[in-house]
Amino acid sequence: MTKESTTVAAMRAASSATGRGTGSPADLPGDTRMSSVESIRLIAARELVTRLRTKAFRVMTAIVLFVIVATVLAFHLLPGLGSGTQSVGVVGGKDIAQQLQSAGTAVGLEISASTVASEAAGRAEVASGTLSALVVASPTGGLTVVVDKTLNPTLRGALTVLARNLALNDEIQTLGGDPATVGAAVAHAGLDVQALHPPRTYNVQNLVLGGAAGILIYLSLMVGGQMVAQGVVEEKSSRVVEILLSAVRPWELMTGKVLGIGALGLIQIVLYGVVGAGLALALGTITLSITAAAGTVAWLVVWYLIGFVMYAFVFAGAGALVSRQEDAAGVIMPVTSFVIVGYVIGISILPGDPSNSFAEVMSVIPLFAPTLMPMRLAMGGVPGWEAALSLVLAIAMIPLLAALAGRVYRNAVIHIGARVSLRKALAR
Amino acid sequence: MDATLTIERLSKSFGPVTALDDMTFDVRAGEIFGFVGSNGAGKTTAMRIILGVLSADVGQVRWAGHEVDFASRRRIGYMPEERGLYPKMKVGEQLIYLARLHGMSYAAAVAAARKWTERLGVASRWGDDVQKLSLGNQQRVQLAAALIHDAAILVLDEPFSGLDPVAVDVMSRVLRERADAGVPVIFSSHQLDLVQRICDRVGIVKSGHMVALGTVDELRSGAAAQLVVTAPAAPPGWAAAIDGVTVLAEQAGTATLSLERGVDDQAVLRAALATSRVTEFAWRRPDLTELFRHVVTAHTAEEAA
Repeated sequence: MTKESTTVAAMRAASSATGRGTGSPADLPGDTRMSSVESIRLIAARELVTRLRTKAFRVMTAIVLFVIVATVLAFHLLPGLGSGTQSVGVVGGKDIAQQLQSAGTAVGLEISASTVASEAAGRAEVASGTLSALVVASPTGGLTVVVDKTLNPTLRGALTVLARNLALNDEIQTLGGDPATVGAAVAHAGLDVQALHPPRTYNVQNLVLGGAAGILIYLSLMVGGQMVAQGVVEEKSSRVVEILLSAVRPWELMTGKVLGIGALGLIQIVLYGVVGAGLALALGTITLSITAAAGTVAWLVVWYLIGFVMYAFVFAGAGALVSRQEDAAGVIMPVTSFVIVGYVIGISILPGDPSNSFAEVMSVIPLFAPTLMPMRLAMGGVPGWEAALSLVLAIAMIPLLAALAGRVYRNAVIHIGARVSLRKALAR
Repeated sequence: MDATLTIERLSKSFGPVTALDDMTFDVRAGEIFGFVGSNGAGKTTAMRIILGVLSADVGQVRWAGHEVDFASRRRIGYMPEERGLYPKMKVGEQLIYLARLHGMSYAAAVAAARKWTERLGVASRWGDDVQKLSLGNQQRVQLAAALIHDAAILVLDEPFSGLDPVAVDVMSRVLRERADAGVPVIFSSHQLDLVQRICDRVGIVKSGHMVALGTVDELRSGAAAQLVVTAPAAPPGWAAAIDGVTVLAEQAGTATLSLERGVDDQAVLRAALATSRVTEFAWRRPDLTELFRHVVTAHTAEEAA
């Protein structure tokens, strides 16, 4: 706004208020009709800038980033987690390695079998962890398996199939048949399973991604929500709220605070999501397509925004009830419990049973959707209508909660002293 | 119609407690109005209602003939009783922020913040967090926050409490200057000598009601004059024996007396001379402190009766 128009607006405001000419105190600068948008923008900018500058914020962000990077690297470096391939060494009999590989295919396990020079060398490799198991074929026909501690159960199945095959081959040869012909014929014999209600198969990587999404959104909602509540209490305890409310309306102050802290959380969650997913893709720890990974991050951000806005107003209203930081925990707790319940349901049920119907129903209920739905979306297999329904319900819930919380905030925020009862704050 | 701030028949109760009871007064443009009363008399409640932080049960606040609304409230410079600033925000930034919330442009806000920190002697603390400042300096910043948007009305709750004499002088000068610019200024204080010195008019509040209102001179002339007699060698209680004379105070040979109508002051002088040498004999008006005590206790007695 130009200086001239500011003056004009101020004079207009002044003349409507006082009807006096120039020289009256009403003509002093300061556009009294500054828009709500401008007020909210100023308040949000203060929240964002002052918090970005704090040491606590930087340290916290750095720690979370470190944990994310460390987790991705751990998944990458730990053998057997990055891929399901089992390395098996074989001593004695060249075709055993090949047969082991096809036995693995029969039980659905990828086996990388290699011939080892000697049993001693093979044992050393098992001990060092390069091999999951060493298979020693004895001249009598039996198989000895050397493992470090225990034998992977699926690998045990494959080796059992192999042992039976070898025994069968011997018998075929004894009977004068050609094991290769029989083998080829048997290889094509399989089951054609027709499921009436085929369950969805979940990729382990998606489950891990879903868990990570859940943890991130939980963390962001908890930290952001408490920041909002404590910010409100800080303004009350320092009494600055009286000064602020002589310049802006209560709902402007509340909205500005929610948006400012929300933007702060958005910066964090985008950073976490992009760094985590990007690193995992670059290292090949996850082998999802880039679009799938980007989709997970995008859903994470969308649900963070919905969840944050939904909860933040409630946190602000709760914070307004008390005047001292010591009392804040008591009013925040009922709100955080909703976030915690959603998260706990998700993290305890979904990784083991991604299509659990209880979690499915809960993930559509607005207050639990922000923690549950992004986990389910990352794990995959959410019907489009369910994703859309939970989104619509959650968005519809926001104005309701904001109106209610705004009322509590407006009535309670200027009451310094004892805790304001919720009933009193909702009255009028 | 000038920019008079009119407080009309305000009443406010908090549950069973009546904080304001039909309070009426006005603060004219260019006038410094002193708002005095005992603790809990309702001064802060009245100021918070003027600010719109609280709403009145009954009554109205008008500025220049119009009911004060949100737009005009934003033009009020307010200093709350319990100081309010962000403790962990820097002085300069905080003032700029508050100025901008009141609608000033960034450049104007910076200039105003510079001007007022300079003027109030806290410019050297520009980059310090408010919580690092002494209470007196925090109060200067608080005043700067009330003044920064060139307030059209000033409402200050106990602006002088805790200030050193130099800061009191600076604060008084600033208030006078704003009043001279046509701003109605209202402040509450318990420092009655200060109120007497700088206020154009004074209102004494008692139990949420305005019990005395006028210029200091009006209030003083309305009260009974007192006779001060100093006779250093007189025996204590010499004056009490005279008919129609009440001893208000007697200390170190100086007696402050109240005479009933028709009692000859020269007879009192003769009685004093009869005891010993008289070094002072004068009529004087009670000062605001005495007046305040009188008004407050008188009304309490009335209530008790």
